[in-house]
Amino acid sequence: MLCQECQKNQATVHLTKIVNGEHSEQHLCEQCAREKGEFVFNHQPFSIHHLLTGLMNIDAQPADKLMGFTSAKVQCNNCGLTYAQFGQIGRFGCSECYHAFGEWLVPLMRRIHGSTQHVGTVPRRAEGAVKLRRSLEELRQQLQHLVEQEEFEKAAEVRDRIRELEEQEQEQEGGAANG
Amino acid sequence: MVNDYKKIVQPSKWMSAPGPDGDVVLSSRVRLARNLAKIPFPYLASDSQTAAVAEQVYAASQDLDGDLGKMTYYRMQELPSLSRQALVEKYLISPLLAKESHNSAVLLRDDEGVSIMVNEEDHLRIQCLLPGLQLEEALQEANRYDELLEQRLDYAYDERWGYLTVCPTNVGTGLRASVMLHLPALAVTKQLNRILSAIAQVGLAVRGIYGEGSETTGNLVQISNQVTLGQSAEEIVSNLFGVTRQIVEQEKQVRQVLLNEDRDRTADRVNRAYGVLSHARLLSSQEAMQLMSDVRLGVDLGLIEEVQGDLLKELLVLQRPANLQLYTNRTLNALDRDRERARLFRQKLTQSKQA
Ligand SMILES: [Zn+2]
Ligand SMILES: [Zn+2]
Repeated sequence: MLCQECQKNQATVHLTKIVNGEHSEQHLCEQCAREKGEFVFNHQPFSIHHLLTGLMNIDAQPADKLMGFTSAKVQCNNCGLTYAQFGQIGRFGCSECYHAFGEWLVPLMRRIHGSTQHVGTVPRRAEGAVKLRRSLEELRQQLQHLVEQEEFEKAAEVRDRIRELEEQEQEQEGGAANG
Repeated sequence: MVNDYKKIVQPSKWMSAPGPDGDVVLSSRVRLARNLAKIPFPYLASDSQTAAVAEQVYAASQDLDGDLGKMTYYRMQELPSLSRQALVEKYLISPLLAKESHNSAVLLRDDEGVSIMVNEEDHLRIQCLLPGLQLEEALQEANRYDELLEQRLDYAYDERWGYLTVCPTNVGTGLRASVMLHLPALAVTKQLNRILSAIAQVGLAVRGIYGEGSETTGNLVQISNQVTLGQSAEEIVSNLFGVTRQIVEQEKQVRQVLLNEDRDRTADRVNRAYGVLSHARLLSSQEAMQLMSDVRLGVDLGLIEEVQGDLLKELLVLQRPANLQLYTNRTLNALDRDRERARLFRQKLTQSKQA
């Protein structure tokens, strides 16, 4: 289908306008849609990402301050995606990007979802891992405390327990990588 | 292993029964986006990385054979493009999966109620598609598969952001729940737009169902959640359920008004549509969609008794280009298609009359 405006390019932007309950259809090429200042919504699979990129650079400053440097320097060291690239394509490169981009994601998520905290299902494996990590943290603190108090016998017991849990943690991670 | 998809002419689970509120709600769908930890997402991953993901999911499905039910694994590269398109037309895979292959595959349950897409936008998309208004049931079913796969795969998950996804609009639950609604009475009485803009205001997304062109055809509307972070999957699904129930009630009320106060004209319109649909010699997809909408309304109101509602659901898919070509077992150009489509309707509607 050709663009209704210029009759030259392929129409890729299909607009349904609803004005006073009246339905009207427009089929435009992206150029003409932009010139007409219409809200661009096409049915290309990644259109949403282009819309997102507009949101990303707005609220970066508070996060810059919090982190002590600007987002321009941030890069995911697992997949290599930079925050600047993320801003252009609107897509993460891997799961570790979420950690790398940390605080800068807060304003973006708030705009998209109105929230910055997941609610609901936790994968069972993660549930186990979270519990394990927390008990390990507690035991390590306890160990430090016991050493400081020179209670070496008790400290040895706690140290054995830590080793046990560390082995479990490694097994879990290894199992996941092989599974 | 079976590579080609041969069951095109068989109706999927969502087409083969009406389900609750099936006179208005054609289908309910839930899909969960999941990724594997640390492995780059499909669009960025190397060929060997996406191949490894596909291999892991395939191995998991083999291990879980008994628990997953009878499923078949189709690699997109090995599937002819017509079969891929036919799966899209049945809503079993996404257009993206059919189009851009990064060692993409689908694990399809034999009743076609569950499909697990591999290397789509995300590493995994677990989808459950059921007839009628069954959002909670679809969520339960998708969750069951999610939990089974989770035993074998290392999901990318974060305590703050939830399930990590390629696109920030899916993060958290990774859940997209949607219903496909047939709203002919609201459309004919010009109330549809008002209702659709109200839906958009409560944070749900509304889309027309498109035929071959870009126009909304057949009075079909899809409603889905937009927010995925900060609400639990159950909350999201129950919100969508609540809004859907309201629309269903409005549609049913207006249908009764049409039946009680405008009976002759309504009966005339739906039966004329039935006449054309069962006798035409050329039918475009768009015309067929519009006629089917009228006939379906007639069936639901008891004004047409010869046709089953489920048959129309099946025809909705079967009349689309790829399914039509697989059904007739021929490559068809546009004019051929319109002729074969008309033949399909004549055949199916006469069979239905005799039955
Ligand atoms: Zn143009
Ligand atoms: Zn990354």
